[in-house]
Amino acid sequence: MKNRLKVLRAERDWTQADLAAQLEVSRQTINAIEKGKFDPSLPLAFKAARLFALSIEDIFQDEA
Amino acid sequence: MDNAGNEPGRWAARNNKTTTHVGYWTLAWLATTAVAAFGPKLVWDFATFPTILGVLVNIVIGFGMVLATRRHLLGLDELEQKIFLDAGALTLGVGLVLGLSYDLLEDIKLISFEPQISHLAMLMGITFLVGMIAGHRKYR
Repeated sequence: MKNRLKVLRAERDWTQADLAAQLEVSRQTINAIEKGKFDPSLPLAFKAARLFALSIEDIFQDEA
Repeated sequence: MDNAGNEPGRWAARNNKTTTHVGYWTLAWLATTAVAAFGPKLVWDFATFPTILGVLVNIVIGFGMVLATRRHLLGLDELEQKIFLDAGALTLGVGLVLGLSYDLLEDIKLISFEPQISHLAMLMGITFLVGMIAGHRKYR
């Protein structure tokens, strides 16, 4: 699954640690999601969508 | 940072607290295990009441450690829980397969000493540690 977390984070000048604190996850988790190594759960995806005021599809895209 | 900063670090602080609690409970469990193991021989000469009391206290503290670990796990994020779960599954598998084979070695006369449960505990501890390190490296 592709995602735009890194871009969205950069637009707001947030570090991975800043985003991790907002989403209540570790910085390692943000890094793994950004690199596509780990797909977040639906609740975490909704949380990210709320934080960025976007829909889930605007942040995460299926690679199929 | 714009609006990021709404109580930043609260989650991390909570995790640090539960990690510390697990550490305290583990130390207490180790201490009561030592008392239950060595107390009868070295302190109260196998008197029944303190021996039973020592074992019971050890078990109660052991369950406290398990509950503290559970609380800690529930507070972790989903990737950390996955890494922990993978390491736990690896430990269970290795412990079961090699533990049973190890137990068999004496029965089939391949070793002359009696297998010790402490060896299995050490194997499981090392396996879990390796699993956790591998998991963290995988998602680095």
